[in-house]
Amino acid sequence: MKKQQYERPVIQKLNTGLMNKFGTKTEYSPVTHIDDVGVKDLINEFGSPLFVISEKTIRDTYASANRAFKTRYPKVQFAWSYKTNYMNAVCNVYHQMGSWGEVVSGFEYQKALKNGVPGNKIIFNGPDKTIDELKSAIENDSLIHIDHLDELYTIIELVDEVKKRPRVAIRVNMDTGIYPMWDRFGFNYENGQAWDAINKIILTDKMDLVGLHCHIGTFMLAPSAYGIAASKLSELALGIQKKYDKKIQYIDMGGGFASKNTLKGSYLQGVDASPTFDEFAEAITTSILNAGFVEDELPLLILETGRALIDDAGYLLGSVISNKRLSDGRRATILDFGVNVMFTSFWYDHKVSPAQEFSQYTEDAVLYGPLCMNIDVVRENVTLPPLKKGDHVVVHTVGAYNMTQWMQFIALRPAVVLIDLDNKPHVIRKRETLESIDANEQLPSYLKDFKL
Amino acid sequence: MNLKKNIALSDSGFLFNPSSGDSYSVNPIGIEIIKMMKEGRSNKDISKHILENYAVDEATVEKDYYDFLKMLEQHKLIQKDEQ
Repeated sequence: MKKQQYERPVIQKLNTGLMNKFGTKTEYSPVTHIDDVGVKDLINEFGSPLFVISEKTIRDTYASANRAFKTRYPKVQFAWSYKTNYMNAVCNVYHQMGSWGEVVSGFEYQKALKNGVPGNKIIFNGPDKTIDELKSAIENDSLIHIDHLDELYTIIELVDEVKKRPRVAIRVNMDTGIYPMWDRFGFNYENGQAWDAINKIILTDKMDLVGLHCHIGTFMLAPSAYGIAASKLSELALGIQKKYDKKIQYIDMGGGFASKNTLKGSYLQGVDASPTFDEFAEAITTSILNAGFVEDELPLLILETGRALIDDAGYLLGSVISNKRLSDGRRATILDFGVNVMFTSFWYDHKVSPAQEFSQYTEDAVLYGPLCMNIDVVRENVTLPPLKKGDHVVVHTVGAYNMTQWMQFIALRPAVVLIDLDNKPHVIRKRETLESIDANEQLPSYLKDFKL
Repeated sequence: MNLKKNIALSDSGFLFNPSSGDSYSVNPIGIEIIKMMKEGRSNKDISKHILENYAVDEATVEKDYYDFLKMLEQHKLIQKDEQ
């Protein structure tokens, strides 16, 4: 006789009349496959935990963002935000689809060049650009987005040495009606700093001011704020044209579009709260189109959105290490990945799905990571079917920032696999080993020996 | 440890404790265990029954079964033997 499938016995107290407008979903579907590749097969072949990226989702999401902007505005260019996910394979998927590179450090700049992005299609942002990095950016004709006056003066000094006219933009910060207002990067619009920088650039006549850039915040849930920002940048561009008879070639609206993740403390789920690409596109393009540019002289619209493009394409597969009962009776499940590899669990309530069949019975649980550290909490409260040791789980929407902000802390970082359009998995980053970590360490000879 | 006598359990897993007025939801294997407890079967006997009928190893049954008993105790659904 075939034995029945086992599930841990569960008893759950029924609470009625609690204040919850939405109710808790008790029926889940297991996520057994990513695209058409089995979760179990992936873990068997590449180990657990494992980051998996769906190339199909990347391409579909990019296509929908592209469509949202290009159907509303004639000149649109995306630039892939390296800091969001700089796995070379991921960057190259975006470059294949036509994205330029947007980098915020010399390291990322080198990465983009190495990936084959032409220097004149790299946007160099950020407050920290060394003299050598600036020289290299000028020589490569890259777009340098100036963050502060010290950088502006450094570039002026470098021009005589490099003997090439740099192409620059300034980053502008402004009040768009949202809180917090990001005023630490770039030059302020309202208090005239932006105009001071523009005047200096144009009057010294050592570089070409080709663009204006802003990046108003992160995980923005209000498209209207982008509308205000686009109006203010357009006004600046038209002001420059009027004052100096110089045309601004592009307006770079930066990134910050929210993904479908759910922020901690959010009343609504991310899928309901986050605006669509169409809503962002409508707000931005309407502002620029109505600003007063002559139709043939509309500036190129550059977008550096990262999170909203890649988040959905990333999954983290993991396994249950153990179950335990906390002192107050709550179930605690320990997983083999924690905040070390999933940094975003500090600010999102990530959706976690079991990867195998189960009944409709659920339990409230806390999900912990494997680190021997109290901060290692993946979900503080989640309703999940009973999971047993060795079961697999799939965490959704982890494509942004995890593969760049992950920490080599206590444990080694997992492999990253890309599933191509033919459902073939490719390792795009190998699992770390003790050797790969030790490679950069040096032990003074007098510390080599000891007796215990 | 015995299940309190007045506990009511439906076939669909709805459990009611008339002494407290609290109600609970129990999954199918939990129903089976509670039914066996009501019949007065021993812990050993119940564990054996699960092992024979489900695809599971002994260690897992032991861990999960005693965890389940702890939960019943926490919800005050079982009483200690009067000895």
